Amino acid sequence: MSAKIERDAEGRKQARYAPWLLLVPGLLWLLWFFYLPLYSLFRMSLSTKPSRFAVPEFGWAWSNYSQAFSQYGAQFQRSFTYALAATIAALLIAYPIAYVIAFRGGRYRNVLLGLVVVPFFTNFLIRTLAWKTILGNQGPLISLLHTIGVLGPNETLLRTPIAVIGGLTYNFLPFMVLPIYVSLEKIDPRLLDAARDLYSNTWRGFRKIIIPLSLPGVFAGSLLVFIPAAGDFVNSYYLGNAKTTMIGSVVQDQFLVQNNYPIAAALSFVFIAIVMVVVAIYSRLLGTEEIA
Amino acid sequence: MSAVVGGAKKQREQYGTVTSPAGKLGRFVINLFAAGGLLYLFLPIFVIVAFSFNQPVGRFNAVWNKFTFENWLHPFADQALVDALLLSLKVALLSTAVATVIGTFMAIGLVRYRFKGGGLVNFLLVLPLTAPEIVLGASLLTLFLAPTMLLFNISFSLGFATIVIAHIMFLVSYVALTVRARLRGFDWTLEDAAMDLGANPTRTFWRVTLPLITPGILAAALLSFALSIDDFIITYFVSGPSTTTFPVRIFGQSRTATPPQINVLSTMILLVSISILAIGTLVSARRTKRDTA
Repeated sequence: MSAKIERDAEGRKQARYAPWLLLVPGLLWLLWFFYLPLYSLFRMSLSTKPSRFAVPEFGWAWSNYSQAFSQYGAQFQRSFTYALAATIAALLIAYPIAYVIAFRGGRYRNVLLGLVVVPFFTNFLIRTLAWKTILGNQGPLISLLHTIGVLGPNETLLRTPIAVIGGLTYNFLPFMVLPIYVSLEKIDPRLLDAARDLYSNTWRGFRKIIIPLSLPGVFAGSLLVFIPAAGDFVNSYYLGNAKTTMIGSVVQDQFLVQNNYPIAAALSFVFIAIVMVVVAIYSRLLGTEEIA
Repeated sequence: MSAVVGGAKKQREQYGTVTSPAGKLGRFVINLFAAGGLLYLFLPIFVIVAFSFNQPVGRFNAVWNKFTFENWLHPFADQALVDALLLSLKVALLSTAVATVIGTFMAIGLVRYRFKGGGLVNFLLVLPLTAPEIVLGASLLTLFLAPTMLLFNISFSLGFATIVIAHIMFLVSYVALTVRARLRGFDWTLEDAAMDLGANPTRTFWRVTLPLITPGILAAALLSFALSIDDFIITYFVSGPSTTTFPVRIFGQSRTATPPQINVLSTMILLVSISILAIGTLVSARRTKRDTA
C-alpha cells in the first residue's frame, strides 16, 4: 500500500525538505539569539563610548582590543591558570568516583550516580556561600588546620587563590564525573579477563585498557569543567580577594557596573575566541560526539 | 562494537558487580578516595541544611549561633525572596516547555533524515554549548541594548521576556543533543510498519513514535528545568534592574544580608528534587523488572 521507503544503514530517510521544517524553529532561535548577538558583541567591541552615559558608536576602534589586553592581561592569565588547576583537581577527584560507580557500583549504580548529582539541586550561589562559611575564619576547618599546624597562626583560607580554585573545582565536578562514568561503563569487562588470562598484572591492565578507553570521557569532562571555570566570576567574588579577579569579574564589572560596553565586549570577544580555538583543537583531535 | 557492549551489559546484569581490575590494596585505596569525593560533594549541603536551623547573629547567616525551628516555622517570611523564587519557577516552566518542543523537533530532524547540511546544523547546535555563560550573557545584552540592528525592528526592554528568550536559547542545544542521543538506535522501521498497517503519518507519530521517545524527552525537559532554575550568570546580564529571579536576588542581597530563609527554601527545593529523582529511579527499576520478567 505505501511506497517502499529508502533508508540507510542507520534507518535514516533520504530527504531534502522535510528535515528543515523540523529544524527551522530551533535554528532561527539560535541564529537570532546566539549568532546575531555574537555579531553585535563584535560590533560593540569596535565601538567608541566616550563617557559613561554616551551611546556607543561603531567606528573600527581596534584600540579597544589593545587596551583590553594591556589592562586586563593579568586577569586573562589568571582565569586560564585557575581553570586549568580546577580541571586537574576535578579530574583527580572525579576519576575514582566514576571508577568505583562503574566497576563496583553493582545494582546501586543509579543510586550512586544520583548522589553525585543531588548536591547540585541547590543553587550554585548558595553552594558557594556555604563554602564561604566552611572556609571562613570562624569555621571549623580553619581551627583544625591551625591546630595541626598546616596553616600558620595568621594564615587564612578564605580570600585566597586556593579557595577560588577549590570553589571552581567543586561547582563543576559533576561535569567531570558523568562523562568519565559514561566511557568507563562502556568498557567490556571481558577485556580485563583477557588481560588477566594473558598474565597481565592489575596495574598494567588498568594502564593499558581502562585509561585509554576512558580518555574520551576525560577529554569531554575536561572541556566541560574548563570552559565554565574560566568564565566564572562568582567563586572569585565570594571566595577570593581583589587579587583573584578573573576575566568574568572584569566583563561583569565593565558591562554592568562601569557601563563601559566596548572594552567589556572586546574582552568577551577575545575570551570566546580563545575558548573556540581550544574547543576546535579538542574536537579535531577527539570529535564532538562525547561533549554532547 | 555494539555487540561487544551488549555482551558487557548482559554480563553485568548477570553478576551484578563486575570484578574490578584493581588488587586488594588498590581497591581499598580507590574506594577510600571515592568515599572522600562523595563526602566533599555533600559537605556544603550539610552546611546549608544545618544553617537552616541557625539563629543568625546580625544580618548574615554565616556563623553558627543557636539551634532554632524559627526559620522553618516562617519559611516565607522574606517576601521578596519568595517572589523571586516564584518568578524563577515561571521562567523555568515557560522556557523548558518551548525549548523542549523546538529542541525535540531538531533532534528528530537530525536523526530521522539524511540530508545536505546536516553537518552544518550539528555544528551550529554544538557551538552554543561550548560558549562560556559570561559571553552568552554579554552578547545577548549587546543585542537587547542595540536599537537599530535587530531583525524585524523589534526592540526589547530587559525583563521577563528577555530572560525567557535567553533561557530558551541555551536550553535548545541541550534538549536537541540529549534527545538525539536517546534517539540513536531507535528503530525507525516501526514507523514503516505502522504505515503499512494503514496508519497515516500523523497517527503514526502520535501513536507510535512519540510514546517510544517520551522517556528521552522527559529526561531532557527535567535537565532543562534544573538548568533554567539554577542559571545565574546569563540571567544576571539580561534581567534588567526590576526583574529578579531567585539566584539574582540571592546575589544582590548577599552583599547586605543572607536571611536563613535562603537555606530553608534551598533545603525544600533539595527535598523535592530528591523525591522526584527517587520516584524516577523506582519507576524505571520497576519497569526493567517487568520487562525482563
